[in-house]
Amino acid sequence: MFSSAAIQEIEEIRTKYPNARAALLPALYVAQREFGWLSRKAYVAVAEQLGVPTATVRGVATFYAMYKQKPMGRHLIQLCTNVSCMLLGAERLVDFLKTKYGLEPGGISSDGRFSLVIMECIGACGTAPAMLVNDDFHENLTEKNLQDILEKYA
Amino acid sequence: METILLKNIQNPNSADITEYKKAGGYASIRKALGMEPQQVIDEVKKAGLRGRGGAGFPVAMKWTFASADPKFPKYLLCNADEGEPGTFKDRPILEKNPHLLIEGMVISGHALKAEYGYIYLRGEYPAAKHILNAAIKQAYDNNLLGENILGKGITFHLSVHQGAGAYICGEETALIESLEGDKGQPRIKPPFPVNVGVFSKPTVVNNVETLSNLPYIIAVGGEAYAKIGTPDCPGPKIFCVSGHVEKPGVYELPMGTRLKDIIYTHCGGIKGGKKLKAVIPGGISTPVLPPDKIDCAMDFVNMPKNGSMLGSGAVIVMDESVCLVKVCHRALKFFEHESCGKCSPCREGTGWLRAILGRIENGEGMEGDIDTMLAVSANMLGKTFCPLGDGAASVVQNFIKHFRPEFEEHIRAKKCVVNG
Repeated sequence: MFSSAAIQEIEEIRTKYPNARAALLPALYVAQREFGWLSRKAYVAVAEQLGVPTATVRGVATFYAMYKQKPMGRHLIQLCTNVSCMLLGAERLVDFLKTKYGLEPGGISSDGRFSLVIMECIGACGTAPAMLVNDDFHENLTEKNLQDILEKYA
Repeated sequence: METILLKNIQNPNSADITEYKKAGGYASIRKALGMEPQQVIDEVKKAGLRGRGGAGFPVAMKWTFASADPKFPKYLLCNADEGEPGTFKDRPILEKNPHLLIEGMVISGHALKAEYGYIYLRGEYPAAKHILNAAIKQAYDNNLLGENILGKGITFHLSVHQGAGAYICGEETALIESLEGDKGQPRIKPPFPVNVGVFSKPTVVNNVETLSNLPYIIAVGGEAYAKIGTPDCPGPKIFCVSGHVEKPGVYELPMGTRLKDIIYTHCGGIKGGKKLKAVIPGGISTPVLPPDKIDCAMDFVNMPKNGSMLGSGAVIVMDESVCLVKVCHRALKFFEHESCGKCSPCREGTGWLRAILGRIENGEGMEGDIDTMLAVSANMLGKTFCPLGDGAASVVQNFIKHFRPEFEEHIRAKKCVVNG
């Protein structure tokens, strides 16, 4: 079940739309923040709160890449490897994360500290290669500064 | 040229309403709300403003269709789902100049007699979400959004709707589906969103950059605005340049600036003095150009004549060290990942093209692979619900058209012929 704060947040979101169904995407964001990822429990909570079938909630959520379908590390690395980032060395960064942190694309580090998701363009092409760690942009990455940046995320 | 869209963004507090007003912001709202909605549409028509999302559709025409529909309420949606790879032109507006967009949306809302607006923001821009929400709150607090704006009896409500990482939601009917709480799969057209859009009501979907032109058009008038750029495509354009140039970044220049000048004059030429090999001029979906085709005006009319498209104005520059088989393969991986799965030519076609390009890149290409790719592409082009499939097919067709020998050598040598 949702916390009362989360219920209140979803109810406020609902007022922005003419029907409850339209609040589904924002409600899923609330759910993954509350539950850490979109577990069965999270789907049921969203479904009950909005009066939408659980199967519909899950069907919609699994369409979108940014809803978490499994437990994640404490910090989420979203690294872009699309063309602009690839031209400037994003693949080397993927290799570096593999050797240095044991991170496979889509995987989680063994200490549970990081998850890695490969992204399809995060709009930082002029400062490529780039990544998001949680909500923060990090740009002009090299192996060296990538390591320095990640050290800040305990 | 004075900057209009990226005005004042060097100011570290540019996203704050006080700074925006200090720089002359929100003067156009007052002027526009004193005009009849039709007068606003007429000014936009005189300005010749075209949509900046990629299609270049005349804005006044779209507005006229929605305005003429008798159904109410009407909705104004801002497409901030900037996902076309290579594109980062809307991000500075969203993060640094949010009040310009809000002002543009209130003006547009008035023109359309729309009382509700949503900014559909891509999930990959978390900072922009916070900045926009703070700016919207400031606008409400200053009676620039909400009921009876500036005492003019006009209502416009605005909120941010965050996407969740689906490129396809940049397509306007997919965006509408997503806003309604569904999978972002495009709708068949007609009916068009101007008649049956979000919540089955008349809906205008305009790009961030498009809407951000409105305050200036109202300030100086359509005729003065139309003097910027080219007669067929007036106004300023934000070009975003990435890849192998000395100074990548965003450049606000008149529409019709030549591609060659963007690369060599504004961006300082090819990085490290290397040789230019290829340019993708308008985001990854637009046809690639070889170096002898870059002396061309960047606008919606001249780029198609030159064999490509303006797209989002996202210029990706590649030097001589780049393996184009690899670039094409990466592009198709993207399209396969982002195909929504609704129609089979796109769902199957992107997968097969990716697979063939993958085996060529891995040194397992076979004789006939190029023709197979051309046949698959031909079976996608014009046969899909939305332009994603067309984009994927034309990427392959144009890489082969301009760089076929490199693909052939790759297949014959069974390895990369550029980087060994």
